[in-house]
Amino acid sequence: MNSTFQFISFSDPNVLFVVLGTMILGASAAIVGCFSFLRKRALVGDAIAHSILPGVCLAFMVSGSKNPFYLIIGAFITGWLSLLLIDGITRTTKIKSDTAIGIILSVFFGVGILLLTSIQHSGNAAQAGLDKFLFGKAASLTKDDIYVFSSIAIVLVIVVVLFYKEFKLISFNPDYAKVIGLPVRFLEFLLATITVLAVAVGIQAVGVVLMAALLITPASGARFWTDKLSTMILIATLFGAASGFLGSYISYIAPAMPTGPWIVMCLSLLTIGSIWFAPKTGMLSKFRVQKENNRKILIENVLKLFYHLGERTNGFKDERSTTALLETRDLRIKELQRGLNLLKQSHWVRKKGENWVITESGLTEAKRIIKLHRLWEMYLNQRLKLQPDHVHNDAEAIEHIITPQLEIELEKELNYPTKDPHESIIPYNE
Amino acid sequence: MISIETHNLTVSYNKRPVLWNIDFELPTGSIVGIIGPNGSGKTTLLKAIMGLVPTSSGYVKIFDKDLADVRQRISYVPQRESVDWDFPASVMDIVLMGRYKKANLMKRISKADLEIAAEALEKVNMLEFSNRQISQLSGGQQQRVFIARSLAQGADLYIMDEPFVGVDAATEEAILNLLSDMKKEGKTVVVVHHDLQTAKDYFDWIVLLNTRMVAAGPKDEIFKEELLQEAYGGKLNVLSKVGDLMKEKAFNVREK
Ligand SMILES: Nc1ncnc2c1ncn2[C@@H]1O[C@H](COP(=O)(O)OP(=O)(O)OP(=O)(O)O)[C@@H](O)[C@H]1O
Ligand SMILES: [Mg+2]
Repeated sequence: MNSTFQFISFSDPNVLFVVLGTMILGASAAIVGCFSFLRKRALVGDAIAHSILPGVCLAFMVSGSKNPFYLIIGAFITGWLSLLLIDGITRTTKIKSDTAIGIILSVFFGVGILLLTSIQHSGNAAQAGLDKFLFGKAASLTKDDIYVFSSIAIVLVIVVVLFYKEFKLISFNPDYAKVIGLPVRFLEFLLATITVLAVAVGIQAVGVVLMAALLITPASGARFWTDKLSTMILIATLFGAASGFLGSYISYIAPAMPTGPWIVMCLSLLTIGSIWFAPKTGMLSKFRVQKENNRKILIENVLKLFYHLGERTNGFKDERSTTALLETRDLRIKELQRGLNLLKQSHWVRKKGENWVITESGLTEAKRIIKLHRLWEMYLNQRLKLQPDHVHNDAEAIEHIITPQLEIELEKELNYPTKDPHESIIPYNE
Repeated sequence: MISIETHNLTVSYNKRPVLWNIDFELPTGSIVGIIGPNGSGKTTLLKAIMGLVPTSSGYVKIFDKDLADVRQRISYVPQRESVDWDFPASVMDIVLMGRYKKANLMKRISKADLEIAAEALEKVNMLEFSNRQISQLSGGQQQRVFIARSLAQGADLYIMDEPFVGVDAATEEAILNLLSDMKKEGKTVVVVHHDLQTAKDYFDWIVLLNTRMVAAGPKDEIFKEELLQEAYGGKLNVLSKVGDLMKEKAFNVREK
């Protein structure tokens, strides 16, 4: 735990640079990534990332230094060029965009590797570390890097805030934006520019291969939590920054672990977590709804057992043994026991020795369910012209979901019938 | 007065013309139907009118002016399927898009815009759904949201692509009432439609299309047996073969 404290207290300034740097990178990529995600351009980020390598190499060859400022300019130029080419290819030929992305990505990356190899063999001592672009160099971020990254992040946030509503429109319905005379080409240019910028800086943390993940994963995770674009961007930004933080923490306490891959790992975990835990759309809440439904169905079915037996023996409040209850319906004993216990918690039945008795409020509830079942049978019979022997199974399911409001409508529409299609009495609660 | 004039308009995709020499003038203040079978180029015609696809030859004039000068006066209701309704936005967000314009780039939505958007939603009977996420709307409701967005723009010319597809009878009725209200206010509405049966009741003026223009005029002139036969009787064989050739030989409609 000592190392955790050292990490949190930032007693080592290098730790501070790494943490700040990765958080800024993660957040920047997440912001622009939201728009790539919504415009269904997930792969474009990958293409830009790969196309940046030759730019970095060229910038080094021309300037002879590894100053992050020069390198980013180089990265920016070839990153942009790749976008233009992809766009040009899809517009003027029959090649689809995924193929165009594949072509550009491999050509640019190939050239990049060639340049990198020749630089490495040139004997220039300053080149050492340039290959870090391939896999990221988060663990060795410096003060200079932080200055460059944070200026870029600020530019990026300003652009997104200023053009937020226009970016929203061109992501949703670009044709409409053109028709109403918005400068769509300019807006697309702007969006592409900040995407290239975010990739050019983000690559320094996670490298070429994982860059697409840094761009798209936060957005796809954030989408589960909200239906509002501004909130989604905010959550994605949080995810990006948090992963930067966690990734650098993990590689700090376990120095053998590389930072970049851990950042992406944390992001993926956050996204998988979102798939599970997000309200309404998440799997977990879907399970919960499902479970809740099953519970409701079980207790209502058990209540009905009491009613059916009561109808037969003309004594609704008589004591029932579990065997007697099981006779009227195909139900496993375990299920029955569970249902009875649940009913007891709601005071709809009580236990008397080994037997069970329905309470007054339980009987009211049972009547309501039986009534819904029989009303629905009536409805199917009269309105859908189904034969009486065809309506039971449907009603078994529908009785559990009819709301009080629908119940009133149903009664009215059928004109308060007293008997169902099988001539059983429909019970009304006074 | 003339709302839209197309002059000898030819539009091609990859050199193959899908619209040949379309030439018509539409009056203002009327409801115009653009009618033709599937793949006859109706959507393409709308896109060409609004400058969304490049034209190979000919020109379009709107209110006697070039498109660029009258953009603010034109509103577009795209085909419902042309967007992804799973986008994170509410009904109100979408309708407010009708208030975006070049002049308020970088500016925030104003209170007046909100009021206008609410009014537009009220007109299509969707005000109570303002805060609903758009993926939770039925097809007919989505269509009405698009129409509300267009109304919020306050244009003079409305261009709608298949607004009656996949809507129930009540929505259809509501849209029709809206169209006739718009007409009363002197607006022009151009509607793409592919159902011949209903076209006669819906529109005042009709353009019959099948890669070429079969006829254009007031509906009574158009609803003649021969013309309909021509429009729906299939493609012209030679014409489509020439189109194929042009694509194959990368031939331009104009000798440039
Ligand atoms: N982007 C495109 N690239 C190539 N061909 C296209 C493109 N869009 C449309 N086409 C072709 O142009 C022709 C006209 O298409 P269009 O969408 O205008 O028809 P439509 O009358 O609107 O049909 P629908 O009733 O099905 O909407 C069709 O043959 C279609 O295959
Ligand atoms: Mg169409």
